This record gives sequence, structure tokens and C-alpha cells, in this order.
Amino acid sequence: MDNGTIIRTQDLTKVYPMGRTSIRALNRVSLSFEKGEFVALVGPSGSGKTTLLNIIGSLDAPTEGSAEVMGLKVETLSHRGAAALRSLHIGFIFQTFNLLPVYTAYENVEFPLLLMKMSAADRKKAVLDALEWVGLADRAKSRPGQLSGGQSQRVAIARAVVKRPGIVLADEPTANLDAENSHMILDTMESLNKNLGTTFIFATHDEKVIRHVRRKITLVDGAVAADEKTAGVAKEKKAPATRSGDASGRAT
Amino acid sequence: MTLFKLAIRNMLGAGTKTWLNALVLSFSFVAIIWAQSLFKGMDEEASRSLTDIEYGGGQYWVEGYDPLDPFTIQDAHRPVEGVLRDLVDAGRAAPILVVQGTIFPQGRMFSVLLKGIDPGQRILTLPTLCLEPSGGEIPALIGTRAARMFGLAEGDTVTVRWRDVGGTFDAVDVVVAGGFSSTAQSADSGQVWLPLEELRRMTGAAGQATLVVMEKGFSPSTAGSGSLSGWAYKDLDFLLRDIREFIQMKTVGTSIFYVLLMSLAMLAVFNTQVLSIWRRRREIGTMIAMGLTRGRVIALFTLEGSMLSFLAMLVGAVYGIPLLAYFAAHGWVLPSDQADSFGLALGNTLYPIYSAGIIVGTALLVFLITTVVSFLPTRRIAKLRPTEAIKGKLS
Repeated sequence: MDNGTIIRTQDLTKVYPMGRTSIRALNRVSLSFEKGEFVALVGPSGSGKTTLLNIIGSLDAPTEGSAEVMGLKVETLSHRGAAALRSLHIGFIFQTFNLLPVYTAYENVEFPLLLMKMSAADRKKAVLDALEWVGLADRAKSRPGQLSGGQSQRVAIARAVVKRPGIVLADEPTANLDAENSHMILDTMESLNKNLGTTFIFATHDEKVIRHVRRKITLVDGAVAADEKTAGVAKEKKAPATRSGDASGRAT
Repeated sequence: MTLFKLAIRNMLGAGTKTWLNALVLSFSFVAIIWAQSLFKGMDEEASRSLTDIEYGGGQYWVEGYDPLDPFTIQDAHRPVEGVLRDLVDAGRAAPILVVQGTIFPQGRMFSVLLKGIDPGQRILTLPTLCLEPSGGEIPALIGTRAARMFGLAEGDTVTVRWRDVGGTFDAVDVVVAGGFSSTAQSADSGQVWLPLEELRRMTGAAGQATLVVMEKGFSPSTAGSGSLSGWAYKDLDFLLRDIREFIQMKTVGTSIFYVLLMSLAMLAVFNTQVLSIWRRRREIGTMIAMGLTRGRVIALFTLEGSMLSFLAMLVGAVYGIPLLAYFAAHGWVLPSDQADSFGLALGNTLYPIYSAGIIVGTALLVFLITTVVSFLPTRRIAKLRPTEAIKGKLS
């Protein structure tokens, strides 16, 4: 893998058997992603966006072809190896937030760190920093049921970035949010992308998201139909949506 | 450690559901400890009662004597001599002569065992001092069950008949000089206690006995063996074997009760686990996405379930300790006259005896079964596809 390239797919194909027939969700997709990219995968439903994210996230394996993530070939990883890759290098953000319901915001953000070898003091600092980045330090003790949709998604973002992963995969992160919250979320992610150098890859239909990204990959019927650089609107907007610290966690 | 921490969070985070399960499980926990301790108490009480009033520290029986075979009783007597005699003279043993007889209270007829015992003996707790001869009448001692059966009270006179060693029938009137209440039916029902020397005289068996009851703590090694020919030593293990087997049988019968209790509690745990896995599949998918392996998710869910048993122990301790302490202090009062229906020597109040073995054993049993029941439904997690589970779908 070249310097700076953290994901590379080569002729990636995924076929789902459906009874006697099968569905080709991905068809010979070859892409590469550099460190620090802010990318959107767009395309109609069933075009293979989520499947591509799942394979990059080592939640699924390709039928053919290769997916290399952080130097590891996903198709060769054992369950344990895939879990380790996700634990160390990949953060996930979901459309429905997927916060653990019985945990507080703090505990949700802490969860990925519990799976890593980290001291309690370092863990606490990292969690508080992450909550600070997303502007929810004051809601640390709230449970998901006590948070709005926007706040829940911000907790999910904090959870995804708290371990400082190389890659964050976001599947329709704004689909359940109103415009105001969507913008806030996107601003937050964009500032984290800039300040932490984390690569963000979105699967989305949302024009608001597409306007923010700097690269847009269009998938149609499982194949790459277009791969283009975009200007993004980040330059026009103020950076981090945080309250008292920048996205690197330093006090301002 | 991480899983342990997560399991505690998940378990306590589930709130009422967790506490209800723990409460149901705690019922089983407390009930099993209580029932087992009650049987242990029954065992101890029956053993103590029988050794106090009948068995002492073991017995020497005339060879061939079998208390359950009436045909052996006629010839089951021989002189008490040598070491046995020395032990009797030293007050460390009490000879008893057993003779079959018949009693005729108020015109009715009952078969009885006439038992001769030294009125001054101190080996058994029978109140034999009332058998000291006085005024030419033959005193008799009977238990409350015998008194009720024969319709006799203290001071009543009743005719008894027996066969002497030569096979000749004879009869005499005896006076009920005293009574006793005992939980040991075998020392009471159908028995009339008479002064040993009087019975020996009546039967022509001077200096003889059917059995010799030894003091508590007696060891046959102290008596030697050379001068004991014709006598067979029966230790407490032998004498109490029937009662212990009987209690064991009752304990086994009661295990059905344990099984029912445990089944109900385990059904609750199993159901909770099945529902939990179904309702928390999105959570499971999310955990896997965050880097937990399926094996660790299974371990987490199993741990959550098995930790219910610890919570149940805590909940059980809250109400169980005062409850069990109350029973230890006040006992379990049986309905009047129900004690005899158990078929063993029991008082009208049963006192449970708790032991670390019972508590730890029950705790381990509950923990093991809960763990197994918690694990079984989690195997479904291994079949979940994380990409579907994340969306809350079953695969």
C-alpha cells in the first residue's frame, strides 16, 4: 500500500445468494482511500454503499477480490483478527445511532476503550475529551432515552472517534436527523476529520452530506459509476462544533 | 475483567427485569437452604433423641437377637458377665432384659414388650427412678404414646402376662408409677418398662439381659473381646442406619420440590435470556462492530445471566437471613400430633441446622444451573450476522 493509502479495494465483488438466484451487491469495485479523506459513497438504494462499508469495516467478507484496510487483507482475517482491526482502527456511526440503551453517554463512549488496554485515568480523559469535541460534556450522565436524536448521534460520533481510529465509517448518519442537527453533526465530523486526520467515509443519500465532502464516489448496481473530487462547503463554515475545546482535545 | 464490568452494567441497567429475576431465583435459593437445613435438623434431632433415650453410645446384643423378629426374643437372653458386668457395675453400661408379653388394660388385650431396666441407671434419659420398688407393688413406666393407646394413667393398675424362660405363662398386676414423653417412638409405643431385677425374677432369668446399653462415647476397643463371646456389638452407625436411610429417602423425595423451584426460576432466567437476545440484537451487532468477538459477546450474555445468581444471593440474604434466623430460634412448629406421622423421632417443633456446606453447596448449585441456562440461548448469537444485527434484523 502506498504511503497515505489506508484502504484499497481491488476487483471487490460481493454476491448474496437469494434462494435459487443471487444478488451481486458489489461488482469488481477498485478504489483507494487516503488518510484524512472525507468521502461520500452515493447512489440509489441497493447500489452497494452499505455492503462496501461493511466489507471495509471487516463486518463482512468479499466473495471475490480483495479489500486491504490498514495493511490487513479483510478476506483473510479470522473473526478475532477482524474484531481486533475494528477495535483498533475503525469507528462506526449508524443511521439509528445504536447507542447501548442501558449505558450513560459517558459509558457508551467509554465502551470501545474498555476493549483496549488502557488505564482508567487515560480512559476517563479520552472519554471526556471526546464528549467535549461533540459538545456534550454536560450530558455525560444522560442515558440515550434522555437525549435528542442530534445529541444521540453526537454521542455516537464521540464513541466512534474516542479511540482515535484511522477510519470512521458512517452509514446514513443524518438520515434520522432534521436539517439543523444534520449540519451540526456534519460540522462536528468535519472538524474531527481536520483536527484528528481521521478518514471519514459516508454512505448517504443526503445532499447536505454530499455538499460537505471533498470526494464523492457514485455507485450504481454495485459498480463505481463516478469518482470525483468536490469542493465541499467546509471552507465556508466555521470549524468545530465544540464548546470549550478544539477537536484535538486541547483547551482553547 | 472488562466483561465482568460490562455484565454488571448491563445487568443493573436492565432495572426491574433484573430485580424480578433475582427475586424469583432468591426464593429457590432460600427455600432450598431452609428445606435442606430442616432435614439436617431432623436427622440431628432423631439421632440425638434416639441415642439419649434408647441407644446410648452403642449396644451389645445377645447373638441372634433381632428386635424386628419376635421369634428371636424368646431365647435372646444370657448372663451379663466379665467385662460387661464390670462396666455395668461401674455405671458405664445399663443391661436391659426384653421379654414378650401381653397387657390387659380395662379388659382389652395388647401385645407388648416388657423391658427390664435398672432403676438407678444413668446411661439413658428414661426417668427410671420411679421404678424403685416400694410397698410390694411392681412399678411400671410407660411413655405417653403407650399410655394413650392403653388408656392408662399414673397410679392405674394393670395386668401383664408373660412366658418365663421355661415357657410357662404367668401374670401379675403392675402399677403405673410414672410416664415419660419422648420423640423416640421405639422406646414408647407398645412397651412397658419394669425394674430389671423384678423382670428377671418374673422370667427366671436371674443376672441375664437381652442387650447392654453402653455409655456415650464408648468404644468397643476399651472392652476387649475375649470375655464378650455370645454378645454382638452394635455401634451407632448400625443402630441409626434405618433412621438415616429414612431421612435420606425423605430428602430425596423432597428433591422434587427443589427441582420444581429451580425449574421455575430457571425458566424465568431462560426466558429473559431468549428475550434479551432477541431484543438486544442491534446492541449485539453494535458491540461486534466496536470490536467485541462473538465469543466475548456470548461470554458477556452468559456472565450477565449467571451473575443473576449472585444478585439472587444478595436479595435472598436480605430477607432470608432474618427468616432463617427466626426458624433457627423458634423452630417450625408441627401441627399437634403430626410429629409421629413422619415415622421417626421428632419433636413437635423442628429446628433447622444451617451449615456452611449447605449454604455453599446450594449457592454453587444455583450458580452452575443459572450459568448453564444462561449459556444455552446465547448460542444463537453465534448465528447472528453482525451486518443484519446492527440494523436490528434477525439472520
